[in-house]
Amino acid sequence: MSNQFSHERIIQLRKKRSAADRRFKTYGLIATLTGMAILFFLLFTIFSKGYSSFQKTVIELDVMFDQETLKITPNATYKEQVEAKFFKVKKNAIANALPDLSKKDIKLMNKMFSINVDKEIKEYFLQNPNILNTTQKLLVTAHSDVDQMLKGNAKRNIEEKKRKLNDRQLEFFDEFVFTGRLKSKFNNFFFTNADSRHPELAGIAGSFVGSLFTLITVFLLAFPIGIGASIYLEEFAPKNKFTELIEVNIANLAAVPSIVFGLLGLGILLNVFGLPRSTPLVGGTVLALMTLPTIIIACRASLKAVPPSIKEGALAMGATKMQAVFHHQVPLALPGTLTGTIIGLAQALGETAPLIMIGMIAFIPKIPTGFTEPSAALPVQIYLWVESAERGFQEKTAAAIMMILIFLFLMNAIAVFLRSRFERKW
Amino acid sequence: MFYWSLIIILLGMYSAYIFGKSRITSHSRQLEIKTASLPTYYAQYIMVWCLLPALIVYFGWIIFEDQIIQNLVLANFDFDLNPALNAGLLIAEIKNAALNDSFAEGKAIEILNAAEHYASIKYISSISFYLSILIVMILGVMFASRKLQPSFRAQQSIENYVKYFLFFCSSVAVLTTVGIVFSLLFESLRFFSDVSVVEFLFGTKWYPYIPIREGQSGSLGSFGAVPIFAGTFLIMVVAMCVATPIGLFTAIYLAEYASPRVRKIIKPLLEILAGVPTIVYGFFAFVTVAPFVKTFGQSIGIDASPTSALAAGLVMGIMIIPFISSLSDDVINSVPQSLREGSLGIGANKAETIKRVILPAALPGIVGAFLLGVSRAIGETMIVVVAAGTAPNLTANPFENVTTVTVQIVIALIGDQEFDDPRTLSAFALGLVLFVITLILNIFALRIVKKYRERYE
Repeated sequence: MSNQFSHERIIQLRKKRSAADRRFKTYGLIATLTGMAILFFLLFTIFSKGYSSFQKTVIELDVMFDQETLKITPNATYKEQVEAKFFKVKKNAIANALPDLSKKDIKLMNKMFSINVDKEIKEYFLQNPNILNTTQKLLVTAHSDVDQMLKGNAKRNIEEKKRKLNDRQLEFFDEFVFTGRLKSKFNNFFFTNADSRHPELAGIAGSFVGSLFTLITVFLLAFPIGIGASIYLEEFAPKNKFTELIEVNIANLAAVPSIVFGLLGLGILLNVFGLPRSTPLVGGTVLALMTLPTIIIACRASLKAVPPSIKEGALAMGATKMQAVFHHQVPLALPGTLTGTIIGLAQALGETAPLIMIGMIAFIPKIPTGFTEPSAALPVQIYLWVESAERGFQEKTAAAIMMILIFLFLMNAIAVFLRSRFERKW
Repeated sequence: MFYWSLIIILLGMYSAYIFGKSRITSHSRQLEIKTASLPTYYAQYIMVWCLLPALIVYFGWIIFEDQIIQNLVLANFDFDLNPALNAGLLIAEIKNAALNDSFAEGKAIEILNAAEHYASIKYISSISFYLSILIVMILGVMFASRKLQPSFRAQQSIENYVKYFLFFCSSVAVLTTVGIVFSLLFESLRFFSDVSVVEFLFGTKWYPYIPIREGQSGSLGSFGAVPIFAGTFLIMVVAMCVATPIGLFTAIYLAEYASPRVRKIIKPLLEILAGVPTIVYGFFAFVTVAPFVKTFGQSIGIDASPTSALAAGLVMGIMIIPFISSLSDDVINSVPQSLREGSLGIGANKAETIKRVILPAALPGIVGAFLLGVSRAIGETMIVVVAAGTAPNLTANPFENVTTVTVQIVIALIGDQEFDDPRTLSAFALGLVLFVITLILNIFALRIVKKYRERYE
């Protein structure tokens, strides 16, 4: 009996208890650090895989702009120059890339260049037409396989069959590296081209513009409707069953899986209303419905934050309720609403599944110019490239993810800036 | 058509506004009576009456135009000449031939005739579309201008219209839910006319593309969705095993132990983790976690599939960590301070206070957060589409590849969609199940959280 409460026993017990206390705190710390570590590991993976995509490999070629091969005269009109065929010029240049190439070698050599090299040569010629009948050193884009080999993403010391470049092509490759004709250059195609089947030509311009059109649609639909709904619920809604239903609905819509919104878009917008498939118009409408709860919640919070004295002052001066709300209360709640809207738009920018459902997953090799034109979107482009088997697309995927993360970061930074700049504490 | 009608409607509204304003001012000057409201309200009134009919015609037209034109074209088409084609294919062919000369080459003469017919109807339709928009706008203005009297209280009616508009805005949420339920139910019913509900819910074989009843024309595969549900459940369990402990301990650490400065750093970082698009997690799972799981499996002697449930589940768990932690953090913070102080006052240390007092008090809220996390895990699409498998395996081994409801929806709807094929329609039935389950989870979780909040307020 006395032993149970002896001095030593109590000290022992306390040691045990404080050890448990420390242990518990350590668990918490470990959990938090794990989360942070994963975040940094995620970002590290993406940046380390993606940064190389901003460089492309080019090969120096001696291109002979021969009058006879091009079949144009020095005083040809612009139209004739545009119509001139550069295929042969390209073929000759590639055949003479290295001395003494056999016919088979030329075929192999040809596969080490991007498919659009003749267009690159043509573009150069159109900018400098006076180079006719001269030989120029041009940097033309290499094939993705060469690009990957130079960047070290493709393995060299494996069986020939498993490699994209065979032994002979590797000899050419080494020769190019040795003579310094293989160079790295800023990858302009990544920012100016739309999607392509060839990794070295694929870019994010098309999907970026598609995402932009989609987000504009989301903003135009969700912002006014969100504000309208918030004003109604905060100021005009009678306390009845229907208002309650609306409130419950908004809370639930916020938690409905995004793919279900995609099914809504497919079932109603495409099949019933017959809106055009794969377009930013439909994608934007679906995403607007998804972001609506976010905007409504933000707008209602900022409407609530405006002190009632402001509205009451307006009412006392003889304004109608509508005037008091629209002229005085809403302008003061606008910054908070805008912040919520930008955060909602950031969510919409990263949303993929609903866009796949409404067909924004088609392969679109050109940059869209309108709301009703088939187009891609950034996250869907990422999905398409993830699924693509070619190695060259893997770094493109990571780079596209980098771009989308940068956009998200910018949007959130704008939201934070707006909040700190315009938020008023009453 | 969209841009032109937009321009026409905007111009019409502008002229209606100008018309209304000048009309009411001249009217009141003639009669020498002051108007009941400011002139702009009368102008706005006219404008609304110009816009509304135009919108109704516009939406009516884009919904019904295609159907009506198709019926007109098909009514004139002699089916006896081309019995092999069904109406849907036929109309697609006619449209292509009408829009694109290269498609028209080498087509049968009756198709070319129909295409010509189609093109002419389409032309008439587009002209009458713009005309009818113009006409209803003018009619609307004429109807409304009868009310342009100085005694008419224009401001009140405008404010009523605005109120109706605000009401409409807030019912969009309800309309969306109705739309979801309607589209899911409608297509699911078509699916269930081919496949029995019992087979779908309790069958254990999901092979839509392997016919089971041979010899039947258009024979169907089997649509037993149990392996899909099981796969979804397996991945969800893996995800929650990752997310719950890490998320909960993070929340406890942030709410009870961390200094305000640490909180200020960690919270935004967690928000970044929460804001990362799910396709990015999918990529992460695909290039980093899945190969890791495969090598890990090999090292302990298990043959892991490259698209194992474990890889998808782990990454999904990472995605849900910030969700659980921020919700639990709120819940733990709303436990009244008096409970904490009481416990500390009788000599309990911090860990004991948390384990014996705060967590039991916060448990309902934490369960709510957990359920919301489950609902997100079930509905998550992109991670599993990229990193999980497509084979409907009925297994509890996380190293094998399983498929989920969302993956099957995406598979069914990618590529050619024929809406009379149960394989396409199965997506809607799966979507309905997904919607119902997440809805139940959400309502349940929201109710728990709400009840809990009320208890401590």
